[in-house]
Parts: sequence; structure tokens; C-alpha cells
Amino acid sequence: ANRGEIACRVMKTCRKMGIKTVAVHSDVDANAVHVKMADEAVCVGPAPTNRSYLNMDAIMDAIRITGAQAVHPGYGFLSENKEFAKRLAAEDVVFVGPDTHAIHAMGDKIESKLLAKAAKVNVIPGFDGVVEVSYPVMIKASAGGGGKGMRIAWNDDETREGFRLSSQEAASSFGDDRLLIEKFVDNPRHIEIQVLADKHGNALWLNERECSIQRRNQKVVEEAPSTFLDPDTRRAMGEQAVQLAKAVKYSSAGTVEFLVDSKKNFYFLEMNTRLQVEHPITECITGLDLVQQMIRIAKGFPLVHRQEDIPINGWAIESRVYAEDPYKSFGLPSIGRLSQYQEPISLPNVRVDSGIQEGSDISIYYDPMISKLVTYGATRAEALQKMEDALDHYVIRGVTHNIPLLREIITNPRFISGDITTNFLPEEYPEGFTGHRLTPEGRRELLATAAALYISAQLRSQRFMGNLSNSVVFDIVMNTFFLLFQVEVDGGSVEVSGEWNLASALLPLSINGNPRVLQCLSRDATGQITLQYLGTQFKLRVLSRLAAKLTGHMPEKVPEDTSSILRSPMPGSVVAVSVKPGDMVAEGQEICVIEAMKMQNSLIAARAAKVKSVHCKAGETVGEGDLLVELE
Amino acid sequence: RLSVSRSASVMIRVCVLFTGKIMDQAMMVGAPVIGLNDSGGARIQEGVESLAGYADIFLRNVLASGVVPQISLIMGPCAGGAVYSPALTDFTFMVKDTSYLFITGPDVVKSVTNEDVTQEELGGAKTHTAVSGVAHRAFENDIDALLNLRDFFNFLPLSNRDPAPVTECQDPSDRLVPGLDTVVPFETTKAYDMLDIIQGVVDEREFFEIMPNYAKNIVVGFARMNGRTVGIVGNQPKVASGCLDINSSVKGARFVRFCDAFNIPIITFVDVPGFLPGTSQEYGGIIRHGAKLLFAFAEATVPKITIITRKAYGGAYDVMSSKHLRGDVNYAWPSAEVAVMGAKGAVQIIFRGKTNQAEQEAEYVEKFANPFPAAVRGFVDDIIVPSTTRKRICRDLEVLASKKQTNPWKKHANIPL
Repeated sequence: ANRGEIACRVMKTCRKMGIKTVAVHSDVDANAVHVKMADEAVCVGPAPTNRSYLNMDAIMDAIRITGAQAVHPGYGFLSENKEFAKRLAAEDVVFVGPDTHAIHAMGDKIESKLLAKAAKVNVIPGFDGVVEVSYPVMIKASAGGGGKGMRIAWNDDETREGFRLSSQEAASSFGDDRLLIEKFVDNPRHIEIQVLADKHGNALWLNERECSIQRRNQKVVEEAPSTFLDPDTRRAMGEQAVQLAKAVKYSSAGTVEFLVDSKKNFYFLEMNTRLQVEHPITECITGLDLVQQMIRIAKGFPLVHRQEDIPINGWAIESRVYAEDPYKSFGLPSIGRLSQYQEPISLPNVRVDSGIQEGSDISIYYDPMISKLVTYGATRAEALQKMEDALDHYVIRGVTHNIPLLREIITNPRFISGDITTNFLPEEYPEGFTGHRLTPEGRRELLATAAALYISAQLRSQRFMGNLSNSVVFDIVMNTFFLLFQVEVDGGSVEVSGEWNLASALLPLSINGNPRVLQCLSRDATGQITLQYLGTQFKLRVLSRLAAKLTGHMPEKVPEDTSSILRSPMPGSVVAVSVKPGDMVAEGQEICVIEAMKMQNSLIAARAAKVKSVHCKAGETVGEGDLLVELE
Repeated sequence: RLSVSRSASVMIRVCVLFTGKIMDQAMMVGAPVIGLNDSGGARIQEGVESLAGYADIFLRNVLASGVVPQISLIMGPCAGGAVYSPALTDFTFMVKDTSYLFITGPDVVKSVTNEDVTQEELGGAKTHTAVSGVAHRAFENDIDALLNLRDFFNFLPLSNRDPAPVTECQDPSDRLVPGLDTVVPFETTKAYDMLDIIQGVVDEREFFEIMPNYAKNIVVGFARMNGRTVGIVGNQPKVASGCLDINSSVKGARFVRFCDAFNIPIITFVDVPGFLPGTSQEYGGIIRHGAKLLFAFAEATVPKITIITRKAYGGAYDVMSSKHLRGDVNYAWPSAEVAVMGAKGAVQIIFRGKTNQAEQEAEYVEKFANPFPAAVRGFVDDIIVPSTTRKRICRDLEVLASKKQTNPWKKHANIPL
């Protein structure tokens, strides 16, 4: 009962186990990969999630029609919904997950903390009606997860603002607007323990996952194991996690999240009673198939492994590849059609969990995740190197994606040293993410490549049938199959060679003898070239000396004045418009709220001014760049 | 390539002698003519001689038409007689913000009709590429325009005696395009972008669109398939459901005739619900203008390959390079609906006033709104998996490269102008 990547992931294991699968889907997903992969598919409603993937009646009908014996809920949607689990139980359908009691106990953030306290698990000082807390505080949806409805507030105003937005988000995402406020731990790391428990009272901990790299409380890069934990802390956390699992008679796979401070004190955060997005990295280092384990447990089999059977083999890293613009607050959703899409799965030790393919639409209705890119190595350095290669080989066209950010994170010296906290992104990029900063050497490489690319395209356009004579002389060295270019840049000479297949999305090159994989995103007749180099996209222009000289004489075009207009930064729907024509707004005042991918974003005035006209109203759908409000 | 430029300050008589000689030579050797235009019109002081000079050029433009490709690049203000030479050539490109084309400038307009209009509004690049359809494309500045012109030129043969050029191609001709399998939405009323299909199919996603801002319900332009230049015509479901109206018919017709004149194969992607109904269209002569597109496709003897992606309804189906108009290879995707009209309209007419229309509609869809009735009659050669479209077109073009077809002898045909 899910879609996309996780539905495909579950079906893969089902296939291995010889289990027939049924996919549910909304009408816009009728062509989706998970639908094609399943043995049967049932449409459960229109695009909005509350009428399809959250529509229990329709899903129950689908179960009855197909005679399904078990339901794997994936993550999100109904995965932690006790009502759904109850209804399945009433019809004798197995829910692949814990029983309703555990979901209920752990699903509520307030109640779960009380239970954890009782099970002798370290808990965070919180607003459970017992302790007074001081700023900063964290506002969370009580029924929430995945960073939705979650905000940090540093003062009273932000608390009020956060309370309003979070409760709306909570209501629309989970149908439950209760909130929880607790002390916000500074310099924390987010480390979680994977547990596995069966219906016979056995429970195991499968080591930790470090998920500290987050933006807006949503994870971006995860790794297992953590660079921070020593075996003793790991065992202590693992044992507490198992205690909690046993205390709530947990069965199936679950995750106990902890905040760990710099002194290695750890506090229980919450327990996720489902399969986590980042489960593949645990699978990589332990060799277990968690979905298979969940299905076995659901069927009533006892665990076959013992705690001492659980190894840590090597290192695994997961990057969440999202369709979003990393230059806008580390990632605002973008939508579009994947005009070209190639996963780097031809590389060794790379795993890609995705639920989309070339031609798929990333729509405003669902989570904008494209895939989970997992690399594995004997050591952390090896896994990181693989991740770099894999990101360079990943071809995504048609939507804006966060590969520039991912590649910067995994090559960031502080990240490599392992010194990270959940504030890593704002600390490293206080002015916001701006892409890869070129070194002088890097700039030379990039310019040389662009020039070489331009020349090879020029050379090719002269080789058409019937006109093979080539009278133009370029200052390059060529051999038979591989084109080798020697380019003089800034007084230094750069040698670029490669196959120069201009039709391929990837450009595997050798620059001064170093292997590099670049991607050519666009190229036109006027010498405008967009290259993806070290993850980041660079726009370049190659002109002949004459054309460059003459360009100086061209009239300059005046760009549109943007300080007095407010455009939608992303596609989505307008939730509220706070101003009307004639109103005075102060700088930073909220003008309207746009909801996209279940996140509410308030748009503010860039300067104090009078509102000239309003071009949107609540409930409307807007596209990226659409004019919303004009100021005078 | 020979190029001719006309500058505002050159004496007309001298200019004409020179221009005329070059154009004569170009026609003799089979070399394309590129005009770089910047001309204020006839030089009043030279009297009738300057008018004669213009006519000399017009005559040569007309004689060269269909013999060698002629392209005009408007790089400054062009007024009066000077605008007719570009209008006679095959393609007219403009430079944004610095080039203008008009019969009479804003001053004369003001004195005659009392209209207040700027040069830009009257005859700027935006006006002519989006409203009047006089120019085929506009570029940012002079350098961009010249560089794009060079790129564009690579698509064209030197004259009507040469085949369409074939360049080296690194994009595999048997490449599957998985994205095409999902591009057409399930709901027949939902739009999609025909450019997604075109870019997916052609070499390296490179498509040089002609008139991208005018009559956007039809998409025309040049691309390559396995290195070979092709002309592409496609209905655009995103704009006005891709229906044919006066402007789109004329835009399509002129493009098809250019391709036919210069041996460029034509690939047509069809998703057309019909001709646009209504008084404004009928009064404007949609019958006459629609006939131009029909005429152009029927008359063309170059290789013609057609892919019906979704709707092919009524007369518009016939027009869009159908089998009946000597289409060489006509494919249909499984989502194709080749029928006289859509289910809803058809049921309303056939079962006028009767109830249970939904049931009748379902029956109609089952019987008519699919590619099978056309396929069993041989009007569609094959129903193909969309992702194999590129592979098939490349293969068919290979076979059709040696196609020879002639129309009956005539002085010239009489296209309904």
C-alpha cells in the first residue's frame, strides 16, 4: 500500500521470495514503475493523497478484490496508522509491521516518551507537562514524521508563527493537528538504531545509522556505521533500543532515533514503527534483507539471527537524490518530466532504489524524491569515492535536482573528517548553498573542456557527406580514435582527451591525465555550454576571438526589475494570501503561503511597499515563476 | 554560400548591379543566398531607377525560389520596398530590439491613420515572430544571430539538385526511447508537450524550431535522424488541443513545401482533434487556408513518414500526411484514435436525443477510437511500441533515401493562395 521507490523495493524482495504482488496507485500513477512491476494493480483514487494512498476504504476494497493476504505499508502514508492496521486485522489480512498496540504507543510523540522513560531509556528534557523548557524549542506534529510539521523557534514570535504553520501542515499531512514542544539540543547528531523483533519476544539491534546531514529536519545524506560511536556507546544505545522494543512488545523492523551530543550522551527522540527510507545502508553493512525479515516476522517465524551474528562489514553511504533546487534554502521542490534519466548502476558497489524511469513525471502531489543512491566500500573513504563517481555518472534531465549539493557535502573536508551535527548545512553554508567553488586549477580544467567540446562540435559540423575537405586549422593535437586537445588557458596548458561522443549524456574525459566525468547539459550554436563539473552546473560561453571582441559592441539588455514583484519560487498551491491591493507591507512581512509537496512555505516582501496588485488567490495552483503579487 | 548585404547608406543602383550579379551566379552554381538586410527603402532622390532596382532583386528572388535556399537576416530597420525581398525568401530571421520590418514607418502611420505606434510595436522582432508570422525566428543580438544562422545552415542542402546533407551521427540510430511509452496521458482530454516526443526521437535532442512563437498549435522545424536532415511537423496538444486553424495551416504548408523543394524528408507527428470551428475561422477562410496544408502534403514527393500519437480525427486526419496523400510509412501508437470524430460528439449526432449516452460512447470508443479500424484497412502500416519510434524512422529513412516520385508535368500547380 504505497507508491514509488519503496513499493518497488518491497516488490523486489517479494519476487525473490516467490510472493505475488498487487500495487495500489492513484490515477496519475497509472504508468508508474511500481504499477508495471507488480503482478496486479488497482487504482484507488485520484491524485491527491488523501483520496488515494490515504484512502483506507479504497485500499480495503483493493485488498478484497485481489484477495491479498498481506499488506506492506512502506513508509509514510498509512505505514504508522493504527486505524489501518486495525481494519486489516479485522479482515484477517496480515499487516507487515508491528501490531496496533506498538504503533499506537510509539506513534504519539508525547506518549512514546513517557513509555521510553518507563523502559529506562534516556529521554530528552521535554514539554511533557512536567518540565519547563527555555528557548530554543522544537515544535513537532505529535503524529508526525519525516520532518513535516516540524519547526525550530528561538523566540515567542517564531513560536507563534511556527505553531500556526506546523498545525496546518500536521492537519493536512496526518489529519491530526496536535503539536509537541520540547527543548532543542544544540550541536546534536541524529543517530538511530535499527531494531528487528519477532512475535516470540526476541529482539536484535542491527547497528546504527548516522543521519545528521539534514535540511529543514529532513535527512539528505546518511551513513552506516557512524564515525562518532565507539563500540561501548553503540552497545549501550543498541541495548536501550532493544529494551524499548521489548517493552512495547514490538515485532517487525523498527528504528529508534536518538540525539547524541558531543559528550556522547544520547537521548531518545522517537521510534519509527516502520521500514525507514535509509534502511539500505543497514542492509549493506549487515548483509540482511530487512524487507524479507519483516515478511518472515509477519508470517510468525522467529528470528534466525542472534545478536552476535550481526556484523559491521565495511561502510555504506546513502544520498537522497531529490527533484529540488538546492540553491533555494538547500532544496525547494521542483517538478517536471524526466526527459533523460540514467542511473549509475553500471558502477560496482552502487545500489539505486528508485521508483521512476525516463519519461516519468515528478508531480506536485507527492514527495519529490527521485532515488536513493547507496554506495558501499570496505572503508569509509572507499564508499565516499564511489559516491563521487556515482554522482558524476548520474544523468538526470528535465527537473532541477540536488546532486550539486550532495556532491559538495560528500567532498566537504568537515564531512570527510566526520565532525558533523544536524546543523551541518547552515553552519557550512551560512549564506545558503551556492554550488561548487572553483579552484584556479578547476577553472582551467572546466574552461579547457568547454573549449575542447566546442571545437569538437565545430569539427564535426564540417564533416558532412560530400564535404570532407577541412581547410580550417585548429591548434590541437589529434590521434586516430581519441581526440586529444591541448588548450592554453591562463598561460597554462591543459590536455583534455576523451571519446567526445557528443550524443552521450556523459563525458568521460582525461584532463591532464586525471580521469574526470563531466556531463554536458546543453550546448547551442552560439557557444553557450552548460557543463556539470564536480556536481555543480556551470554555464560557459565559447566564442572565437573575433566574436568575443564584437560582443562588446552589442547593446546591453535591461533585466526585469524583480524587487517589486513576487514570483512563486516553486510549483504548488496557494494556501493563503495575507495581503490585498492597497495594503502597506513591511520588509519581511508574509505575503502569501504556498504549499508544495506537503510543505508550507511563506513568501515574504523583499522591501517595505504598498501592494499594487494580487494575481493569485487561495486554493489556486501556481507554477514556478508565476507572478503572485506586485508591489508599488 | 554566397551572401549579400544591403546597407542603408549605399547607392541603390550600384547595390542592385552587384546584388543581381551575385544572385545570378548563385543560381548557376547552386549556392544558397543569405541576405543581411538593413535598408531604409528606396532612395527618393534616385526616382524610378531605385524602384527598378528593387524589382530586379525581387525578380531574382522569385527565380531563385526553390532553386537555392534563400535566407534573410534582418539586422536593422527595413522599410518600404526593402521588406519584400525578405518576404520572398525562404526564411526571415530578425535581431531582437534592433531590427524592424514595415511597409511604412511610425511617422507615416501617424499621418495617414492617426495611430500612435512605436517602431518596435509596429514591426519589431516580437511583432513579426508572434503576431504577423512574417519572421521565422528572432535572436538576442547580431553575433547570436550570425552564429545561429551558421548552425541553421548546416541543416540545408546547397540547392535543389543536392540531397539533404548527412552529417556524422554519434547518437545510435537504434536507440530506444523509454520515455515515449509514458508521454501520452491516459485521459484523451489531457495535454502533453509534442516537443518531448520530437526531442526524444531526433539525434541528440537537437531541434531547430521554425516560428516557435507563432501559431503554436503546430510545431515545425529541422532536426537530424541518423545524421540526415529531416523536416518535422507536429500538432501541439498543449496549445488549443493541437487543432488546425488558419495560421497553423499556413505555417505548416509553407514549411512542408520548403522541405519538398529541397529534398528534405518530412516526419509528421499527428495528434489533431480537427479543424478549429467558429465564425472567425470560417469568415477568415479556413477552408481555403486549410487546403494549403492539404495541398502541400499531397504534392510533396520527398519521403514522408507519419506517426499518429493520439487523435487523428476527421478531415484533419487526411490532411496530416495520411496514407491517402502518398504517405510512405504511416505508424500509429497504441494510444492512436483514427476516427471521423471524438466519441462524445459522434454519439450526440448518431443517437440524437436518445438516453444512455455513456453506454453508446463506450461502444463508440471500443469500435472506432483506436488504431485498429485504420490498420486492418492498410491506412496505417503498423501499430508500434512508442519507444521504438526512433529506430523505425531511421530504418525507414535509410530505405526511402532512394525514393523517386514525380508529379504529372505542369507549368506549375495552382495552390489555393
